[in-house]
Amino acid sequence: MIAKPAQSLTLFLLLAPALLWLGLLIVLPHVEILILSFSERVAPRVYAFGFGNYLEFFTEPLYWRTFARTAFMSILVTALTLVLAFPIALYIARVAQGRLKAMLLLLCLLPFWVSELVRTLGWMILLRETGVISYALRAVGLASQPVELLYNDGAVILGLVYGGLLFMIVPLANALESLEPAVVEAGYDLGGSRWTVLRRIVIPHAMPGIVAGCIIVFMLTVGNFATPVLLGGKNGLWFTEQIYAQFITRFNWPQGAAFGMLLLLLSSAIVWLGLRLTGQSLGTTLKQA
Amino acid sequence: MAASSHTATDLDIVNVTKRFGSHAAVDDVTFSVAPGEFFSILGPSGCGKTTLMRMIAGFEHPTSGDIRIRSKSMIGVPANRRPVNMVFQSLALFPMMSVGENVAYGLTCRGVSRAEAEERAGRMLERVGLKGFGERRVTALSGGQRQRVAIARCLVLEPTLVLLDEPLGALDLKLREHMKIELKQLQGTFNTTFAYITHDQSEALVMSDRIAVMNQGRFEQVGSPRELYHSPATPFVASFVGETNRWQGQAASASNGAVAVRLSSGAVVQGQGSGAAQALAFVRPEAVALAQDQSSLANLPNRFEGRVSAVLFDGAASSLLIDTAGFAEPVRAVLPQAGPLAGIEVGAPIHVGWTADAMKVFAA
Repeated sequence: MIAKPAQSLTLFLLLAPALLWLGLLIVLPHVEILILSFSERVAPRVYAFGFGNYLEFFTEPLYWRTFARTAFMSILVTALTLVLAFPIALYIARVAQGRLKAMLLLLCLLPFWVSELVRTLGWMILLRETGVISYALRAVGLASQPVELLYNDGAVILGLVYGGLLFMIVPLANALESLEPAVVEAGYDLGGSRWTVLRRIVIPHAMPGIVAGCIIVFMLTVGNFATPVLLGGKNGLWFTEQIYAQFITRFNWPQGAAFGMLLLLLSSAIVWLGLRLTGQSLGTTLKQA
Repeated sequence: MAASSHTATDLDIVNVTKRFGSHAAVDDVTFSVAPGEFFSILGPSGCGKTTLMRMIAGFEHPTSGDIRIRSKSMIGVPANRRPVNMVFQSLALFPMMSVGENVAYGLTCRGVSRAEAEERAGRMLERVGLKGFGERRVTALSGGQRQRVAIARCLVLEPTLVLLDEPLGALDLKLREHMKIELKQLQGTFNTTFAYITHDQSEALVMSDRIAVMNQGRFEQVGSPRELYHSPATPFVASFVGETNRWQGQAASASNGAVAVRLSSGAVVQGQGSGAAQALAFVRPEAVALAQDQSSLANLPNRFEGRVSAVLFDGAASSLLIDTAGFAEPVRAVLPQAGPLAGIEVGAPIHVGWTADAMKVFAA
């Protein structure tokens, strides 16, 4: 009984950093943004409560089209990343042994030692009109004049998939590693083809890892700023650019705040839908990531 | 093994060798298994029995030799096209599927319709005593039930041959004893050929029609459990199958199969076997007769006097260790749980004896 206050003080002190982190850096700014998003400018420097900022989003086609495009492209990027990462993760988890395995994971990690900006600039050096690939195409005679590979959807998708690959491979490799080799052998032994074993045994086993990887990659992609801006240029049309424009260029903070809230709602809704469709719970998924 | 061309066999292993680098895990092994037979391969861990089984299943490929199932060579046939199914050591049930789906899996792989596969899986579960378990998760089953699912999953495909890779290893003792009998009965009712590998001699002796004793990649002896136990062909079989007393010495004189062996520790024993200079002599504990006076052992050629050094009580398998003059290690003898010796204590004087037939002598 006497120890109780001391115990609860210890608990409080231990939790304090996490609570401060959550409260000051995540909850408080979001509450602020939420409040901000509901304030409408009625006269110069006079603001009142209202839904105008949200109405603006639905009445102006550029906004909601950019929004839908961002959602669609992010899903596409996530799917492409999954398809690319699955064989790599399968190799790392099931074929590679010892040093080779550590080496391969390190190779996946290596690009992340430089900043995202520098990595994206690297892609620009490769893809631009006067860049490496354009030069190579001309050198082997496949193109007669410089080829501009930047500033299109393909370049944006390429950059985003590249940036998401590691975050897909790690949870996938984790999930696949826990699959007992005898279970896969039993799948073949009972007459299953490679495809049957993959579809009925390997993929269902890896499902928590697949969902975890998809959530991470999707979140990173939807919220990405540098890659669509640098590789997509004016054609990037990513929703984060709209938020940036409202806050920085137009100096319309309430409108930017409303867009921010909408992006949060969008990504949460898609993640929730994804979990429902695959029948996974957030708990088991988080364990895998 | 030349007879295999005349009589029908389910499995023929012909001069199969498997090398990993310079090490031969399986070294020129040849044997046949008849339809409906329960054939066991018994050997210590690392003797190559798992490699041999994995070659039959199709997960490893022999360096040389041929594997034939119903006279058809399996070389180059992938695991999923062989009429062979395996019960894995870890059972390897599919945790992502229900019990019914586990059993129906192989059928749907063969293109059987979902409805029919489910129905046949249901009937199979009923036959192995798991009626109504189809909807359960495999993780919700007990050890013995999981065992039966693993076997049902194979038997539903009506394979020519079922391979079992120490499937009882993970079970506790009581359940293992029970499953031994159950497996034997299942094999009888389905009349399917079983090839069973184990390091546990009791499992092999209880269940098998024939046993091959394997050591360092080679078969030491193939025979019925009784043959292996009573007439081992090599010293390895004599010491690996069943409990035995083992002594080293020199063959003193040999005539017509009868050998006298002078043990390094001094005693001279009479046995049967080959009379090489360096010899190993084996006698089973149950072949050692015990008496409180010398006269009742008068007609035995091997008679010694000793003192009880330990009583190892284990119910019906109880035994005595008897310090005997002239023997480096104590003589082990089965202790009857009835009669005048049942209550014998450590330190009591006792007479031991055995016939010359009971003592097997091998060249060391």
